[in-house]
Amino acid sequence: MSTGFSSARGGGVSILLDAGEASILRSLVAQVLGLVEPGTTGDDPLERALGIGSAEQSSDPVLARLFPSAYADDDEASAEFRRYTEATLREGKRADAEILLKTAEQGKVDLTADQAQSWLRALNDVRLALGVRLEVTEEIHEELADMAEDDPRYPAFVTYDWLTYLQDTLVRALW
Amino acid sequence: MGSTAPAEVERPSTDVRPDLPWLTIVWNDPVNLMSYVTYVLQTVFGYPKAKAEKLMLDVHHKGKAVVASGAREEMERDVQILHSYGLWATVQRDSA
Repeated sequence: MSTGFSSARGGGVSILLDAGEASILRSLVAQVLGLVEPGTTGDDPLERALGIGSAEQSSDPVLARLFPSAYADDDEASAEFRRYTEATLREGKRADAEILLKTAEQGKVDLTADQAQSWLRALNDVRLALGVRLEVTEEIHEELADMAEDDPRYPAFVTYDWLTYLQDTLVRALW
Repeated sequence: MGSTAPAEVERPSTDVRPDLPWLTIVWNDPVNLMSYVTYVLQTVFGYPKAKAEKLMLDVHHKGKAVVASGAREEMERDVQILHSYGLWATVQRDSA
């Protein structure tokens, strides 16, 4: 397992990835990219041009978590907010994922400060997606320690734990 | 007064309360790391680390925290940025 991120000159960071790690990262981020990419703008060309999209929250719990409601107790305000902002949010997540896909390679990966921000958000999107699917709790690390290696959930939990480790070392390298 | 005049003249409002501010709330969730939430609050709001850490601990222990207050448009912009970082954030009117 890699040693995580470390600070580099000029506000950037670097990490050493082996072939398997780079491959898992790319595959997970590509899956999230597939989820966020098809923006659901309406048929109206003007609405499409202005990035005005659907007012409805997705029934997919992963998408609902990646694009949460902005008002906890006001469905109408939430719908209005979503209509005018979700396309921009999708575009940002798509751009972050693409930067990670472009830069995550086997060997030493050097990231600029901007690229590191994209990795930070993209890694978190993957953790959110995986976390929702695995229904993780705050005790995930302890759960994993007690989990039998032949448990069918084990590989996914190990991957999630590794992503958590990467995310934490990235934050600390940026501080 | 001509016939095109509005049927009703606008009455001066008797409600002189200043607009209550709007709040940006961050909610606890099992995925976002304590270090990450602190870092995002520092980055997005420019808060010193100690303040960001205190807010993060409030989120963690109390389930939510008010991380900013002000005009509704500003709070909506904050929430949009926080969503780009994957934090679970909402806008609400201050009930005080």
